[in-house]
Amino acid sequence: MIRIEHLTKSFGGIHAVNDVSFEVERGSITGLIGPNGAGKSTLFNMVAGLIRPDSGRVWLEDENITGRRPHQLFHRGLVRTFQIPHEFTRMSVRENLMVVPPAQSGENLLQSWLRWGKVRREDRAVLEKVDEVLDFLEIGHVADERAGNLSGGQKKLLDLGRTMMTDARIVLLDEPGAGVNRTLLGKISDAIRRLNTERGYTFCLIEHDMDLISSLCHPVHVMANGMLIASGSMDEIRNNEEVREAYLGGGISGRMGASA
Amino acid sequence: MELAGIAAYLVSFFTFVGIYAILALGLNMQWGFSGQFNIGVAGFFAVGAYTSAILTTPESPWHLGGYGMPFLVGIVGAVVASALLGLVIGWITARLRTDYLAIATIGIAETLRLIVANERWLTNGVRGMSGIERPYADFFAALGLSSAMGSLIVVCAFLVLVYFLVERARQSPWGRVQRAIRENEPAAEASGKNIGRFRLEAFVVGSAIMGLGGALYAHYFGFLSPEAFLPLYGTFLVWVMLIAGGSGNNKGALLGAVIIWAIWSGSEFLMSTALPEALSGHAGPLRVLLIGVLLQVILIKRPEGLLPETTPKTVPFGKRD
Ligand SMILES: Nc1ncnc2c1ncn2[C@@H]1O[C@H](COP(=O)(O)OP(=O)(O)OP(=O)(O)O)[C@@H](O)[C@H]1O
Ligand SMILES: [Mg+2]
Repeated sequence: MIRIEHLTKSFGGIHAVNDVSFEVERGSITGLIGPNGAGKSTLFNMVAGLIRPDSGRVWLEDENITGRRPHQLFHRGLVRTFQIPHEFTRMSVRENLMVVPPAQSGENLLQSWLRWGKVRREDRAVLEKVDEVLDFLEIGHVADERAGNLSGGQKKLLDLGRTMMTDARIVLLDEPGAGVNRTLLGKISDAIRRLNTERGYTFCLIEHDMDLISSLCHPVHVMANGMLIASGSMDEIRNNEEVREAYLGGGISGRMGASA
Repeated sequence: MELAGIAAYLVSFFTFVGIYAILALGLNMQWGFSGQFNIGVAGFFAVGAYTSAILTTPESPWHLGGYGMPFLVGIVGAVVASALLGLVIGWITARLRTDYLAIATIGIAETLRLIVANERWLTNGVRGMSGIERPYADFFAALGLSSAMGSLIVVCAFLVLVYFLVERARQSPWGRVQRAIRENEPAAEASGKNIGRFRLEAFVVGSAIMGLGGALYAHYFGFLSPEAFLPLYGTFLVWVMLIAGGSGNNKGALLGAVIIWAIWSGSEFLMSTALPEALSGHAGPLRVLLIGVLLQVILIKRPEGLLPETTPKTVPFGKRD
């Protein structure tokens, strides 16, 4: 579904991402792990069009999407969340999600001026969907709150909610579990699995929570120091010597639950 | 006699308020909704004013003109000309950050003012263009109304129209996207919005509205000179009105126009009567200082202006069934 070829990005002297290649198979839930600063988010940002790679290419199906803008990728079915949640601060939570659906005719100013009835009808349909998503994420009670006033975890959920407001084909999630309580996290991972099996969404997710990764993801890719150091099933990864080394100091045995 | 004087004053007062309110609504579209920093409002105001004046005035040896077009043609011409100016500036600066937009807009506005002041064949330069008519005067005379009253009615009619269009824009999905872009560009892009396109639209429409304000000013005042388009009148006051009234809130723009114009024009009177002899030469700067201090006070007491931005009523409040 997505093929990453030799992606490279440096910031000054730091090789944030260094010649990384792998593929996210259609229909998979692919995991991307690695210690802090490994270059995972930078890689995501390049795939999602937010930053330009120094070299290398990204393919979506058969199309070279390197350098395409995020909004163009959205319309090709690629959506993403941010590690640090990006909310529309001074807009209500409900409005935050109402922004997302594509092809709202009211986004054309003339249509809004001249065909208000139609615009309002569409808005009501959008609202149905919004409230569904809010209820699912259990943030319905803050629907009227300004998004900027939400807690860190709630913002994370709102960001995830954005990806649920459109018919995506591939979803990139940057640490969906960070700051979210256990129960809800279980629900989110169920939802990911369901969207994957029932609707055929492909996922690629970055996570530090190894339980979440091992229960959801196959295959898993590991990055360290900007490079891809291992790929495979979670079991294979656990027993990979290089991976263990990369995580040393980060406490691999504790965090990966490895049999030591 | 006294009463008639007060009435005439009020008519003129509210005509100015109406014109400024239109400018503030145009700026609200650019800054309030979309977060674009246009500090060259005076430039768009001037383009609208001179365009309509040139299109509608009779032949004159002093400046370009003699087209004698009807009033509405002048209005449309002003709107189109300022929209085109907005299109060019917006398009050039689209790829730049907002601070560059600020520099570009003030640069263009000042350039335009200098052109107006120096190209005598076009505008009669600093001597100004006179004899711009109130083409609607006859119509109102037939109704037994003065042409000043007619101006007020015409300005108010356009203000109502502009308010309707701008408020609907705010309530619409289009306005929602504008605010989203203002709040968080990367998230708006990740939500599939072409921010360049939306930005440009808000900028062009806002510019067109400012041009309309200029045209109405030209016909009401009957005389144009570069003086009127100094940044102080054309840009500073409009910004203060919007910020004090409540950026992002169209009612705030209206309220700001009323209050700030009342204080601005009131202070002229105050300074001319109450200022000690020694300071009378400084009345102009003192008025600006007064407005500046007032703005500070408002922003400290109410950081989002007198009427803060509200969630559009198209978004239901509370739990839905
Ligand atoms: N915009 C930037 N400017 C300079 N350096 C950057 C920038 N973005 C990332 N880096 C650097 O690139 C490296 C990789 O960062 P990145 O955010 O991709 O790591 P990560 O794997 O997502 O880490 P974490 O798990 O902590 O989120 C880090 O050393 C970081 O400091
Ligand atoms: Mg990261």
